[in-house]
Amino acid sequence: MSATETAKHVPLPVDAEEQRRQKMQRAERIGAWVLPALILVLAVFMWDRICVWNEIPRYILPRPGDVISTLYQDWAILSGALVTTLKITFLSLLLAVVGGVGLAVLFAQSKWVEMSLFPFAIVLQVTPIVAVFPLINIYVGDQLTKLLLCAWIVAFFPVLSNTVLGLNSVDRNLLDLFKLNGATRWQTLRYLRLPAAMPYFLGGLKIAGGLSLIGAVVAEFVAGSAGQSSGLASRIIEAGYRLNAPRLFAALLLISFTGILIFLLLSWISHLMLRRWHESALTAER
Amino acid sequence: MPWASVFDNVWLPLRLQGISRAAAAKRIAEVLERVRLTGFENAVPRELSGGMKMRVSIARGLVTRPRVLLMDEPFAALDEITRFKLNNDLLELWQEQKFTAVFVTHSVFESVFLANRIVVMAAKPGRIFEEMRVDAPYPRDEAFRTSVEYAAYTRKASDILFNAMGGIPHVGH
Repeated sequence: MSATETAKHVPLPVDAEEQRRQKMQRAERIGAWVLPALILVLAVFMWDRICVWNEIPRYILPRPGDVISTLYQDWAILSGALVTTLKITFLSLLLAVVGGVGLAVLFAQSKWVEMSLFPFAIVLQVTPIVAVFPLINIYVGDQLTKLLLCAWIVAFFPVLSNTVLGLNSVDRNLLDLFKLNGATRWQTLRYLRLPAAMPYFLGGLKIAGGLSLIGAVVAEFVAGSAGQSSGLASRIIEAGYRLNAPRLFAALLLISFTGILIFLLLSWISHLMLRRWHESALTAER
Repeated sequence: MPWASVFDNVWLPLRLQGISRAAAAKRIAEVLERVRLTGFENAVPRELSGGMKMRVSIARGLVTRPRVLLMDEPFAALDEITRFKLNNDLLELWQEQKFTAVFVTHSVFESVFLANRIVVMAAKPGRIFEEMRVDAPYPRDEAFRTSVEYAAYTRKASDILFNAMGGIPHVGH
């Protein structure tokens, strides 16, 4: 090995301060995963022990193992219910995006439209969906439409309000640039306002993702007590009536996993779309 | 536009006129070469330095081959070295293309270096206070920046500016 080659492989000297910082960073990175996992394991273990020590019957509080095995045994029923719930969740999220962005674009076109319609969007948002549902139940016949409408009402508002905010927070200098170049309204929307609103929209989408799941579950709950429904929420109600606690827990577990997955998926999409230019997606180093 | 690449940023004025990406490509390549940004077509603004961002703006201004270029304190936020360099670049471009540039600045030195006419404005009410000519020949280079002639012009411009701001000129002038 020649002298130059050796020189290339010798790492740069690192002083003690730098070494300590690197070590801290490494520890933090590992800790961010290990600590929550450790707490989770501990909590599940304690749950199991409490069931055993206090001899709690399984129809009141099942042991974690029971829940897992129920998840496995009842998979046929639960997976069907999961698909139903997922279908409503994603359809309503899609409608929330279409409706929210559509209305936001309409609002951005004219202050008058925004002034006249925005209060109604707020009314729709602040009225508890559980209270509105009986009305929907009377006026809408089809079960799927009923649930979708319900979940949509809950989910569309964050998309709408965030996108409106984004469409209106465009750099004034860029607006001037577009005006100077004789851009039409449509061109300004397409090339300037929509891309500028993207980070805001994606923020709203993340909230709407969680809300559409909540909306779907709540809608099913309310509809479930009225009769025919087959999503995870109605499985929970049913299991509650039959004192089938393990299945109740299993369904709950599935719902919360779904929520986590939706959040991760939307965060990932948002990261992919913004990583090149937006401040929020940049890492600390410059 | 922070979300768009250098190419797309420069394309914008043409795009708004309905010129396609392919049809605009040649002109964009030309203008990027002129501001010495060839090779950065796909970079987004945050990957560029302050001076490079300004050069993208200039390219975006020039791509439509305008007869008048309005520049409102374009280099004010840059450090002095970059600013000098961009001033040189701007003069070079101007000599090549002979557009009219209206350049707003707070720097007396910049105004004398670039301009053949300086219009000093006064505030409250905003008005033209006085106009002076800078008859030094182009091309102007670093030698001009340190010449006696340059110093005399800056002195004159400073005095006018001082008056415009309601002050009293230098003693013995």
